[in-house]
Amino acid sequence: MAVASIQVSETPLVLYTLRRADDALILGHRLSEWCGHAPMMEEDMALANMGLDLLGQARELYAYAAKVEGRDNDEDKFAYLRDVRQYRNLLLLEQPNGDFARTMVRQFFYAAFADLYWRAMMQSSDPTLAAIAAKSEKESAYHVRHSSEWMVRLGDGTEESHRRAQSAIDDLWAYTGEMFHLDDSERGLIGAGIAIDPAKLHAPWLKTVSGVVNEATLALPDNNWMQQGGRDGRHSEHLGHLLSELQSLPRTFPGATW
Amino acid sequence: MYTQALNTSDGDNSHIEDAARSANFQARIDADERIEPNDWMPAAYRKTLTRQISQHAHSEIVGMLPEGNWITRAPSLRRKAALLAKVQDECGHGLYLYAAAETLGTSREELVDLMLAGKSRYSSIFNYPTLTWADIGAIGWLVDGAAIMNQIPLCRCSYGPYARAMIRVCKEESFHQRQGFEIMVMLSKGTEEQKAMAQSALDRWWWPVLMMFGPPDKASQHSDTSTKWKIKRFSNDELRQKFVDATVPQAQFLGLTIPDPGMKQNANGNWEYSAIDWEEFNQVLAGNGPCNRDRLAARRKAHDDGAWVREAATAYAEKRKQRQHAQAAE
Repeated sequence: MAVASIQVSETPLVLYTLRRADDALILGHRLSEWCGHAPMMEEDMALANMGLDLLGQARELYAYAAKVEGRDNDEDKFAYLRDVRQYRNLLLLEQPNGDFARTMVRQFFYAAFADLYWRAMMQSSDPTLAAIAAKSEKESAYHVRHSSEWMVRLGDGTEESHRRAQSAIDDLWAYTGEMFHLDDSERGLIGAGIAIDPAKLHAPWLKTVSGVVNEATLALPDNNWMQQGGRDGRHSEHLGHLLSELQSLPRTFPGATW
Repeated sequence: MYTQALNTSDGDNSHIEDAARSANFQARIDADERIEPNDWMPAAYRKTLTRQISQHAHSEIVGMLPEGNWITRAPSLRRKAALLAKVQDECGHGLYLYAAAETLGTSREELVDLMLAGKSRYSSIFNYPTLTWADIGAIGWLVDGAAIMNQIPLCRCSYGPYARAMIRVCKEESFHQRQGFEIMVMLSKGTEEQKAMAQSALDRWWWPVLMMFGPPDKASQHSDTSTKWKIKRFSNDELRQKFVDATVPQAQFLGLTIPDPGMKQNANGNWEYSAIDWEEFNQVLAGNGPCNRDRLAARRKAHDDGAWVREAATAYAEKRKQRQHAQAAE
């Protein structure tokens, strides 16, 4: 590719913000892949809608990361000119769409977390992050409602939909632990009241998830081994393909603005 | 599962379409009154509108594919959000139009099945491929521009639900058209490669866009009755000319060349274009355009792959209803 990747000064606040921005962009991108191919037109609308919410969150977070970093990076440089190892999103969110059940389980696991996360972040001592949280919480509340309703319909629908939903839960479960993980770079931010401790969200998350999964006549796996690495740029093989598509134009045409 | 509760009034009673009712219907049309779903209407009026509105709806849905082809590759986050929102709007237009068609007594499911079976058409323009990012600009600028020319008069169409749908659709289309033009402005001010990309898109889309207005007036099958019923207020050639006259100065502004060396402005200020290759149009309508097979295959795949999801939703709704009945009985 003709255009090189940017350098990022990953101070704790820049890194923290980029991690959340990458989450929103990568999941938003995955949802946008459905556009025109959903099981019904209403879902084409809903998936695009949630994709747009997430893209909006990503843009605000990238803009803030750029401001905090204070170099000449911007939302597009962060999105289009970092390679796989520089991306900081959760592994869960880069997992391919698969069938509709897999997309909905991924959405549900994440939205149930994001809603709690953004609600807690509304108390952040960082006014920009608190404002982004207030907007994002409203959006993620809808994402939880939408995906919960599908969880129940798929789990308690037909034999086939039950089987597909259960298989998606079994395959994606190992990626949920990373949402609650904490590293040293975030501890200082938590101490300063800028970030929140995600471990505290695990119990309420599990309560929501178990409730919906039970209602859906589905089950959570016994295996609690959890995958990690996305926050440090150790991704699954899927992310590289996503980025090669996402970044193809800015990487191919140096100096072009669009 | 898509059928609304409908108060249908055609079909069996068509034999009593007497002269008095027809005359009264025509008098209402002539007085510019709106026809509403429960009003009496000639079976042929219902059929014509069902065909036209459903084809329009199919076009919105199939039209998501060529542009959807670039959502994952949009070159900036702003462009990506705008394109995703635009394609979502098109889906909304499709839903809105199927609902308008349903007021005439045919369900969305039946209409979609006809399209998937290749028995109901969508706009020929969506059978062309989007090869570069500039095609997204060209579609907004030209395809949506042409669609607006066609659709503005439909806001005054005699059938109320269609006319009202068109008012909303036109507002969004005009936004899309400006977005597309803005993409073209950026490209035409950009690098040499970007300018070449913009010119190539105009070269490829120009003639197919002119064909969007339909066959020349002397060959159009549906115009006479549609005009009498005020479904159609301008002829294909009139709208095509309006479009060309509006577009030539825009191309000049962009510094792009319309791929018609014989084009000239006449004494009235109208731009006279060269002969359109109607054989190409007929071939595309016959299923031989570059993407006909891909487009139908993509819609069929989405429909087939989604069948188990729709079945699950129906099965769940049925289970819930039974549980509620059981609870009520206790």
